[in-house]
Formats: sequence, structure tokens, C-alpha cells
Amino acid sequence: MQSTPILKTETPTSRVLRRFWANPAAIPSVVIIIFFALIAGGTFLLSATGHDWPCNPNQTNLELKLLPPSPEHWMGTDNLGRDVFSRMLHGASISLTVGLVAVVVSLGIGITVGAIAGYFGGITDQILMRSVDALLCFPTFFLILTVVALLGPSLLNIVVVIGLVSWTGTARLVRSEFLTLRETEYVKSARVLGQRAWHIITRHILPNAAAPILVTAVLGIPDAILQEAGLSFLGFGVQPPQATWGNIIADGKTYLLDAWWLNLFPGLAILIASLSFYLAGDALREAAESRG
Amino acid sequence: MISFIIRRLALSVVLLFIISIISFFIVTLTPGSPYPWGELNPKISAEVKANFRKKFHLDRPLHEQYAFIMRDLFTGSLRSIKDDRPVISRILERLPATVALNLTSIVISLAFGTLLGVTAARYSGHWQDAVGSFIAFLFIALPGFWITYVVVIALVKGFGVPILGTHSYGIDFPNALASGLDTLWHLLLPATILALGGIASQSRYLRATMIESLREDYIRTARSKGLSEDFILYKHALRNSIRPIIAGIGMVLPALIGGAVVIETIFAYPGMGRLGYEAVLERDYPMLVALNFVVAALVLLGNLISDLLSAAVDPRVRLE
Repeated sequence: MQSTPILKTETPTSRVLRRFWANPAAIPSVVIIIFFALIAGGTFLLSATGHDWPCNPNQTNLELKLLPPSPEHWMGTDNLGRDVFSRMLHGASISLTVGLVAVVVSLGIGITVGAIAGYFGGITDQILMRSVDALLCFPTFFLILTVVALLGPSLLNIVVVIGLVSWTGTARLVRSEFLTLRETEYVKSARVLGQRAWHIITRHILPNAAAPILVTAVLGIPDAILQEAGLSFLGFGVQPPQATWGNIIADGKTYLLDAWWLNLFPGLAILIASLSFYLAGDALREAAESRG
Repeated sequence: MISFIIRRLALSVVLLFIISIISFFIVTLTPGSPYPWGELNPKISAEVKANFRKKFHLDRPLHEQYAFIMRDLFTGSLRSIKDDRPVISRILERLPATVALNLTSIVISLAFGTLLGVTAARYSGHWQDAVGSFIAFLFIALPGFWITYVVVIALVKGFGVPILGTHSYGIDFPNALASGLDTLWHLLLPATILALGGIASQSRYLRATMIESLREDYIRTARSKGLSEDFILYKHALRNSIRPIIAGIGMVLPALIGGAVVIETIFAYPGMGRLGYEAVLERDYPMLVALNFVVAALVLLGNLISDLLSAAVDPRVRLE
């Protein structure tokens, strides 16, 4: 068979990826995110199959309380003698779950509302967008705290409430993308061909708005992680004895002067995890925005 | 200008209506009871329960409950379940401290956000820019409660520096100036920590608009006139780039007041954030409705003011 000369072209996706990896912040942040994801997944699998490594995160032992980091307890023990390192591993899976699920909830609502408002326009757009404006006026964290406290803090309630409160930015973004894309030639021709609104929205418009939506999703994960940690710190996060990064800090706050390890490790974990997501999201935004 | 304000106020009324419905439903539609005692407490007679329901209009249908709560909120007769005082007067008590904290925080974030943003734009593409971006994201990613706790414990327990509350106790200040400086000192640390997120987001935003401005012809003209780089940056480019930041100040408020819940609680600062946390702990339903409503109304006002300010800063803006 005769081989035809291959004309090397770059698809939009590969161009964005090439620009993304060229950003010096991209590789370290993605490596750290994968690292945390492996920890979270591994811990979840181990505990689901009945194994505890290195210790049971909820095993108390008052003879071992407030021990500094040592070869036996890499991150020391807390006021009830629990192994902080084991609790940190379990905290990772909580934080990442909260981040991912909250973002899925907020994307679901935000994309739906933004798509409807942007595609149909008119009075529907007015009602939806005025509601978004109203919701944007509420003090985000206090609103989450109020609803979570009234509903009762549980993992499910927390992710749903964070998602319910944080979709407004996505809705505005999707709407503005739709307003632009609605006027493009290919959407107009699809409409002339008599395709249904659902088909046009999901097949023609949404795929072209994928990049900015992906960026808001990545940037939304650390927001949710920080909000859950704040809730945990105030006692309205995922409830004890379940370990989260926020409530390890909350448990340790009385012992801060004597047991710095109860504060330092979870605080650094929250900081490093959210910083990586922010840097990766920003690198993705720059890669998607610039042309050429 | 006048017609702009009138139309904005009309829109604000619509938004306030939606806001009032949201704040009402947050509290009403969530399960759990607003009773100050347990719902099934056998020591409370049916009569007391009925009276309580009547007092807080819980025996009426939802739309009437909404009407009653809003009427009581506006006439000032909505009472806290905790101490039976009108919620409005409890909120107004906290208003000065909250306004002082948030304004200080906004000033700090504008000052440092501008400095960081202009520097990043000036060295766009160089290492200074990368460092600036990293600092900005570090500030956003820093868990506020964590850094607050470390700072407070270190300063109070380690060095005995008085930073909690609004002023130092047990000291007789010789004059009003010393007392005022003490109050300012107590304001500075919580306001700075609260401002970290704002510094970060404003610097990122300003960096982007500044880079655009620096490509304009008038910058080249200014350079060819031999003006100093600082003069060009701060007098020509910044003046043309800062309007979106000024117009966005109002939208910073929700994050500030929300973030203040944690920071005020740790600093024992008597603002609305701590009032909110106490109301959450006590499940004080009327207080929660009122607080969410009042804060959202304040944000609306903040948006209007920042729009007017942005017109004052930039004469090209016509408020139509």
C-alpha cells in the first residue's frame, strides 16, 4: 500500500494541552494532585477491604496521647492517642471527595441554568439571571454554614450545600458563552435544519464551551475543599470520629503550643492541595484563552 | 446619573424580594424544629407549645409565615429566639464593628493588590511575575482559620501581645488618641488576614487589565516623551486599568463577610460574622433569616456604591 504524506495538524485540544504543559506550574501541580488522588484512592480501597495502614485512624489509646512525630507515628498522635498520619490519609479522601462531588453538583446546576438562560433568552433569561444576582449577594460561607447547621452536618449534606451555593459563577459563564455561540453560523444552520433545542445545546454549543467550563471546575475543587475545612474547624463539617483535615486542626487547637504537629500537617495538606488545584486551573485557563 | 440611580434602586427592590424569599426558605424548608426545647420534650405542655407556635406564626401556611416574618423584620419586631430581643437592634449593635473591619480589609486589599498586580504586569513574563502569581495563589489557598489560629496563639500566648476583641482591657488610656490607636491596632490583624484573598484576586485581575493597557499607543507616547517608568505605570496605565477593580469592590463583600465568620470567632471580634456563628450554634431561626437578609441587602448597597465610584474614577463611564 502506498503511504500518503501525513500533513501534521494540531487539533484545538492538543494545542491547549501543549500550552498547558509548557507552563512551569503545570507539571508540579498535576504531580501533587495525582499524589493526593492516589493516597485518597488507596486509603479508601484499603479501608473498604478491612485493612488499616499504618493504623486504624480511630483507634484511641490514652497512654500514647500527644506524642511528637517518631518512626512509629510519623506525624505524632493526638489528644486521644490516635495516629495522626492515619487520620491524615483518611482526611485526604474526604477532602477530595468533597471537592469533586461539590463541583459536579455545582456544574450540573450551573450548566443547566446558564444554558437555558443563554439559549432561550427573553423573560426566562431575566428571571434566572436576576435570581443568580440575588444569590450572589449572600455571604457564601455563612450561607453554607447556616444551611449545613440546620440540615445537620453529614458528608452528603455538606457536598450538596456547597454545590447548591457555588453554581452562580458557572451559570454566568455558561450563559455568556451561549450568547456568543448562539449567533455562530453552525448553530444558525443547525436551527435552519430544524434540529431540536436539546440537540443544538448538547451537540453544537456545549462542546465549544468545554474549555472555560473545565477551568471553572478545576478552580471550584479547592474552593470546596477550603469551605469543608472551615466547616470542620467550626464543628459543622463531616462529624467525628471520621477524620478530616479540618477537624484534626479543630481537635488540636487546644494543644497548639504543646503539639504543633496537630496543626502543621493538616494545615499544610490543605494549603498544598488547594494551591495545586489553583495553579493547575490557572495554567489551564491561560492555555485555553490564548490563541496560536 | 439620577435616572441611573433610580433604575438601579428599582432593580434592587426586585433583587431584595428574591433575596427575602431565599433567606426565608433556607430556614423554613430545612428539617429540624425552631423550638428552643426538644420537640418531644414531655415536660412542655401542649399549651406552651401552641403559644410558641402562635407567637412565631408557625401555625400559619407558608406564604403567611413569609409575610409575617418580613413584616416583623421591617417593623423591627422580629425577635431572637435566644434572648427575645429584637434581631434588628442586635444586628445594628454589631454593624459599626463589621463596617470598620470590612472597610479596613478592602483598603488593605486594594493597596497591596494594586502593588502586587502592577509589579506583576511590569515584569510580565519574567521571574518577578511568576513569584507574584505564586504569592497570589498562596494567599487564596491559605486556609484562613488555620493561619489565624497560628498567628493568634503565637502572638497572645507566646508574646502576650493584646490582639483579641476591639480594644485592650484593663488599661487606662491617657487620651482619645491613644485609645483610638489601640482600636486601630486591634482592627489591623483580622483585617489583614481577611484581606489576603482580596489581595490575591485583585492583583490577578489588575495584572491582566494592566498588560492590556501597557500595549496601548498612549503608553508608547508616554515612553517616547521620556517619562519615568513609575509615572507611566501608576499615572497612565493604572488609571486606565483600575475601573473594573473599583466596580468589583461590591462583589468582594459576600466573600469578606462570609470569611469574617471564622476570623471574628477566633479573634473574639464583635462583628456580624460572630453574631451569625452564635445564631447558628443556638439555631436562632429569626436571627438567621434576618442576618442573611441584612447582609445581602448590604451587598446590594455596596454594589451600587462601587458602580458610582467607578464612574467617579473614570470619566469615560457614563451611567446610563
